[in-house]
Amino acid sequence: MKIKSNLAISESGFVFDPETGDSFTLNFTGKDILNQINQGISLNDIQKNILEKYDVESDSLEMNFYDFISMLKHFNILHENE
Amino acid sequence: MNRRKLTIAVTGLNNIDSPGPGVPVIRGLRESDEFDLRIIGLAYENLEPGIYLHDVVDKSYLLPLPSAGIESLFERIEYINSIENIDVIIPNFDAELFPMIKLEPRLAEIGIKCFLPTLEQFEERHKANLPEYGKKYNVKVPESTAINSYSELKKLSEEFEFPMLVKGKYYEAYTAYNEEQAGMYFNKLANKWGLPVIIQEFVTGTEVNVIALGDGKGNTIAAVPMRKQYITDKGKAWGGITLDDKKMLELTEHIMKSTKWRGGMELEIIKTKKNEYYIIEINPRIPAWVYLAVGAGQNIPEALVKLALGIETKPYESYQVGKMFIRYSWDHICDIQEFEKLTTFGEL
Repeated sequence: MKIKSNLAISESGFVFDPETGDSFTLNFTGKDILNQINQGISLNDIQKNILEKYDVESDSLEMNFYDFISMLKHFNILHENE
Repeated sequence: MNRRKLTIAVTGLNNIDSPGPGVPVIRGLRESDEFDLRIIGLAYENLEPGIYLHDVVDKSYLLPLPSAGIESLFERIEYINSIENIDVIIPNFDAELFPMIKLEPRLAEIGIKCFLPTLEQFEERHKANLPEYGKKYNVKVPESTAINSYSELKKLSEEFEFPMLVKGKYYEAYTAYNEEQAGMYFNKLANKWGLPVIIQEFVTGTEVNVIALGDGKGNTIAAVPMRKQYITDKGKAWGGITLDDKKMLELTEHIMKSTKWRGGMELEIIKTKKNEYYIIEINPRIPAWVYLAVGAGQNIPEALVKLALGIETKPYESYQVGKMFIRYSWDHICDIQEFEKLTTFGEL
């Protein structure tokens, strides 16, 4: 997975796509996930990291994590590696 | 730096819910580092707000409506010029461009410069001619056809799928989802703007726009892409943001180069999910959101004045991406005496 190349992600979690003009607001966890994707960490490893860092059930995380990933793809923020 | 003194006349002072570009054009001009300007407002209606904004215009004059004919328009401009000694006129309405293009050589004789498209450039990009334009210049345009009667619309309803766009000759467009709606919009637009009315294929995607300025030799002097973020019920941008879209800029440069466009231009484009760019309209003038381009680093009104005066004008090479505009309305207070003066003497 790869984040769209020219995306601007600010410290506050504000994401701006300069090509489409779309902007999004991420919460702390969302920003953490996006940063980890940006570092090239696999989705499986990101899930493991989240389980270690946050107080969350594995089933609940899995469902919400993939919902979030789908949303990122839907909004053209995340692409499959080419 | 000594700024050159100039007198510039500008139309389109109707800064209303469907605003003319005059006031934002003047704001850009006022920010010029090169010119010290006296701005003459030219208005068609006595309640165009720009007339009464004295920090925007130095003086305003009423003009005869384009329907009064080219000769009346020229006589009025000649009179205004005898008082104001105008250097450049910037017309900002679609409907006045034809007479202004016709008058350009005569205006030059009395010392007034314009920087307008040629008549051929102006005519070939008409909504009604867009399919031929697309073929000639190898750009994607939606299927469209110009119709002159209700019976033609009936026939077309079998060829075009709904929804379809029903567009006025100069302004306004509606999406029709069935034959009854198409007929209603046809009548409305024919009554308001005259014939033909244009029926256009509905292309699904995001509407994006480019403001551009061509030097008439094929060079793009300025170009800024924008997406409307907030659209009024009249389809006008009430908020927008500059984009970093190389393909939109390439498309603009292609059009400028192949048509040798002279003057300001707005491209209205639909970007589909497959990343195809369909040109749905080409406006032959500066659009009302021009001040966004100024704010993003490209002072298009200033560059247009330089081109009109034959001053060497280098192309802008960049602009700020993510620059936004948010339009607002403002109740301006003035005295009845000002209105009286304008309506009685035709100037204020």
